[in-house]
Amino acid sequence: MPTADTQAQAVEYPELVITPPGRWSALRLGELWAHRELIYFLTKRELQIRYKQSVFGISWAIFQPLVFAFVFALFFGLVLKVNIPGDVPYPVFAVAGIVPWQFTSQAITAGAASLVLDADLISKVYFPRLALPISKALGLIIDLAIALVVVVVVTLAYGVSIASTVYLVPAFLLLGVVTAFGMATLLAALNVKYRDVEVLVPMLVQILFFVSPVLYSGTTVGEQAGKFWSYAYYANPMASVLDGTRWALLDQPAPSAAKVLISIGSAALLLTGAILYFRRAERFFADVI
Amino acid sequence: MRGDNAIEVNDLSKRYEITGDQGGYMLMTERITERFKSMGRRQKPQEFWALRDINFEVKRGETIGIIGHNGAGKSTLLKILSRITPPTKGEVRLHGRVGALLEVGTGFHPELTGRENVFLNGAILDMKRREIQSRFEEIVEFADIGPFIDTPVKRYSSGMQLRLAFSVAAHLQPEILIVDEVLSVGDLAFQRKCLGRMETASREGRTVVFISHNLPSVVNLCDRAIMLSEGRVSAAGKVGDVIDAYVGDVTSDLERGLRDRRRHGNGKIRFVDFRLEREGQVIDSPITGEDFDMVLSFEKHTQEALRGSRFNLTILTLSDQTPLVDLDTAATGTTFTEIPEQGELRCTVHRCPLPAGQYYVDLRADAGGERMDAVNHVSELTVAGGDFHGRGGTQEGIMDYRTVLVDHTWSLDAISTAAFDALSDPARTPG
Repeated sequence: MPTADTQAQAVEYPELVITPPGRWSALRLGELWAHRELIYFLTKRELQIRYKQSVFGISWAIFQPLVFAFVFALFFGLVLKVNIPGDVPYPVFAVAGIVPWQFTSQAITAGAASLVLDADLISKVYFPRLALPISKALGLIIDLAIALVVVVVVTLAYGVSIASTVYLVPAFLLLGVVTAFGMATLLAALNVKYRDVEVLVPMLVQILFFVSPVLYSGTTVGEQAGKFWSYAYYANPMASVLDGTRWALLDQPAPSAAKVLISIGSAALLLTGAILYFRRAERFFADVI
Repeated sequence: MRGDNAIEVNDLSKRYEITGDQGGYMLMTERITERFKSMGRRQKPQEFWALRDINFEVKRGETIGIIGHNGAGKSTLLKILSRITPPTKGEVRLHGRVGALLEVGTGFHPELTGRENVFLNGAILDMKRREIQSRFEEIVEFADIGPFIDTPVKRYSSGMQLRLAFSVAAHLQPEILIVDEVLSVGDLAFQRKCLGRMETASREGRTVVFISHNLPSVVNLCDRAIMLSEGRVSAAGKVGDVIDAYVGDVTSDLERGLRDRRRHGNGKIRFVDFRLEREGQVIDSPITGEDFDMVLSFEKHTQEALRGSRFNLTILTLSDQTPLVDLDTAATGTTFTEIPEQGELRCTVHRCPLPAGQYYVDLRADAGGERMDAVNHVSELTVAGGDFHGRGGTQEGIMDYRTVLVDHTWSLDAISTAAFDALSDPARTPG
């Protein structure tokens, strides 16, 4: 027999009605918030697994961008002599680009695989599926924060002063997070249905690397190709993320406000489209995965 | 929704579309080729109704059992109730927090410690962190893990992993608890503990939906039961009546000839007859220690040669369905180059290792990773006692456990004092 206590408890819970899904479903961000502890533990799992069995542990987050910066500085700075505007030494320029880029590329790769990797969970337990790509991104944000310290140290070591606009760096990085997360959710949802996305992702990341100003400055794009291209280039939000970060941190030439707005618009569009598609596809993940 | 109902299921149906080879995920290139192939004529995807117009309600505090054969729709119903997959038609109304124990240990990560996994798994099962913290000691004690709680789970025995996983799940306290077969795992003592836990849950006024093959525990735990057959409710009511219907259904299926039995598989091969032989003579029962043949007649319903076909016969005890003997062409390395249109598959068991008793045989045939034909309980085997060890008598009354007989010998020798002392030398004992 139900006791008075459990009856009272049951009343607290609103009725839940399960019906066939419509074509589009609501964003249900409230539900995501209700599962914040799950997101916390999934993120913790990410970090624990990543650093548990490696000798250097969390120091990889520092080491990795340093190695890349060194290699790129050597080849692009000394051997190939890439032209960059301003008077910042190339290694400083490179590391300030590589660190945000590393985050983006890892967040896209890990996020795109996140659903398929946890196929077991998806087919056996109900929870908002967005928790999986979100926790991947959050785990990498921790790495990004650590790697940013490296950027600051390298900058100071080369005798370059940190610009007074440094407080704007997080805003540009946030744009990077939005971009990476948008790409990751879209690819993750597609990957559930089409397994060749796994092959496509490294290719996409490579292409994104070349069209983003990681090792060069985006502000010079269009000098030869013309005005249209100088704007179109910023439809890739990463252009504003990288140029903007370097402007805010190192006082490098800034992209114009119009170009940054193009990037913000394009990132917002990507994120909205990705989440709408994800929400539409997610109800059938368990059937397909 | 009526005030005292915890669950209402109205006209619930679920359709699966079988696209591509097996449904599920595919390659984009496959999808594109498919589009091209079906250009002009719009191909209707193959449909399969896993559930059809299901209606039932469960009152608050009630424990209901869902029974049915494999493929009857039990797991689909479960997945809809636990919101893993949406229905195609109809609706479910739930009143209260739902907790589902679908498969314990989902989300356990081998690299993480027991403690870390308890919190992660709890969060996955929708427990609040504070809830887990306050019950942590209880969970560890129930699982009987003791000092290993801070050891990575990959170092646990499978039994320990299972106990810890179930323990987390068992401490979930939703108003509606959905349980699937979890009790069929683990050792007997732990199973009893889990059953006790579920009884407590229902005494505390929780609504429990229990999906199981284990008829005795359904009878013990449930007030009412529902039987599903081919996606529809075929019986519902008092647990005793529904189980009678289920048993009756199984019996009537068993009375049919092999050709008309309930089965799974794509039908490329269909077994139609089963008989026992000894030295070319048809027999009723094998004798312990003597050779016998199981002969299966089949028809092939495909042009394919079915190279790489694999056949399996499993012998299980009739009383508690424990698999005792697994006979498999893959295990013996037997391959057949071509399967004829009609044929007989013969499996000879040398020196029947089964002690006298009642057994039954399950049959499976696969090719290319696909099930062609599978029939549970193809036939019963009544083994007559015989002289396995050639000592001039049967095993009856000698063996403590009913297990298979193994050809073996014993010997006994005297050893020297020096050799004996060396055995108890502490230097030899592994540290």
